[in-house]
Amino acid sequence: MRDGLALRPVGEDALLVEADCTERAESLYAHLLARRSELPEITEIVPAARTVLLDGIADRAALARQLADWQVSLHPPADGPLVEVPTAYDGADLPEVAALWDVSVEAAVRIHAAPEYRVAFCGFAPGFGYLTGLPARYEVPRRDTPRSSVPAGAVALAGPFTGVYPRSSPGGWQLLGRTTLALWDARREPAALLAPGVRVRFLPVRAPR
Amino acid sequence: MTALQVVRAGPLTTVQDLGRRGVAHLGVPRAGALDEPALRAANRLVGNAPGAAGLETTLGGVALRATAAAVVAVTGAPAPVRVAGRPAAWGAPVGVPAGAVVEIGAATYGVRSYLAVAGGIAVPELLGSRSADLLSGLGPAPLAVGDLLPVGQAAGPYPPVDLVPLPAPPGELVLRLRLGPRADWFTAEAVAGLARSRYQVAEASNRIALRTEGPALARAREGELPSEGMVLGAVQVPPDGRPVVFLADHPTTGGYPVVGVVPGPDLAAAAQARPGTPIRFALLRA
Repeated sequence: MRDGLALRPVGEDALLVEADCTERAESLYAHLLARRSELPEITEIVPAARTVLLDGIADRAALARQLADWQVSLHPPADGPLVEVPTAYDGADLPEVAALWDVSVEAAVRIHAAPEYRVAFCGFAPGFGYLTGLPARYEVPRRDTPRSSVPAGAVALAGPFTGVYPRSSPGGWQLLGRTTLALWDARREPAALLAPGVRVRFLPVRAPR
Repeated sequence: MTALQVVRAGPLTTVQDLGRRGVAHLGVPRAGALDEPALRAANRLVGNAPGAAGLETTLGGVALRATAAAVVAVTGAPAPVRVAGRPAAWGAPVGVPAGAVVEIGAATYGVRSYLAVAGGIAVPELLGSRSADLLSGLGPAPLAVGDLLPVGQAAGPYPPVDLVPLPAPPGELVLRLRLGPRADWFTAEAVAGLARSRYQVAEASNRIALRTEGPALARAREGELPSEGMVLGAVQVPPDGRPVVFLADHPTTGGYPVVGVVPGPDLAAAAQARPGTPIRFALLRA
């Protein structure tokens, strides 16, 4: 393939398309969804940090031939729906993150709430979106020791990604705050508010008493 | 409506069909019966569609009281079957009178038995499936004593005769392995040696993965792999070097390199291999 994309066969009927960066992987995912009807049947299209997995392909050889001619730009379309996440910035790790950024806690909140994020991919748990958009200089490491239980609705940060824990689970990300928005409800349509391509804004609110 | 009431839940009994498809991009595992051919066979014996929901037991069986007359079939791991206290056939349709208890005993070999009931287990669908997904807690919870499982309307007369091939006991588990997508993260010697190495099924195996004990697979490169999509049968290698074979409840993405993928048809045997069973990987060249 052209432009920083490579194909790796997976098992009998899947292909991993590898991109040179998260932005191109996101862009590739958007292209694949837009042109799905022209492609052989595919059961799952799973974007991730640098790759898109195509699983359950009806005709893998034909699909590989089609993809060989694709050119995928670096600029993902920004027209996904917008989800606003009201967030009380009172997380246990907020002071530590502010210190890592060398700013006040108030400034750290402004920095985190400033960008428009985008869901690059989901995983870890149903409805957990990996959000990109925070400038690279604000990347922070995971916690050395993961917490055995992170509360549902926790807004957290690690590496290049921000995320919101849809339900209580173990987790090693730095906790900045929390939201009462239900990000995942299997009985709702859509079940996941944060699907790949969705745009996200965090709105600072006062902590509910 | 007919229902099955749980009299004895067994160590782990879940409702399973053929699983959830098309939602991996939301982080939702596929779930579904680990020994899919066994569930399909049980459904065929009672005249259900192949994808009807049944029960998957784990080693210790299950006991259920039918609130109205029902027809059931048990397949998968061979186990004694009793209806109203009397021995009944394994691998054949069995009538259960109203109020009688159908009981699956401990598996004589293998791990997972399947019970299909004419009409199927009719718990509500969630994202296109009735399966319990133990990784993310979607679908019906594992059975507990007293649970009432609704049974759907039977399609019609069930086939009077059918054949369920009895799988040979898995004395040794041979898993074919198609190398990739990240075989290049391991040394050539380690990959070549994989076919000669002897592994065993680890105690920690479950619906998420068949875990192994054996020699660690040496990495050719250090560093972390950015998370990428995972398929059923993917053999992921965590930092301890012991291969982990992903089964139906596997996570949709993962951050450890996948040395190869076990083809779907080999996974039913993997689902029936008890801890301690020797494993051999037979390499398939891409």
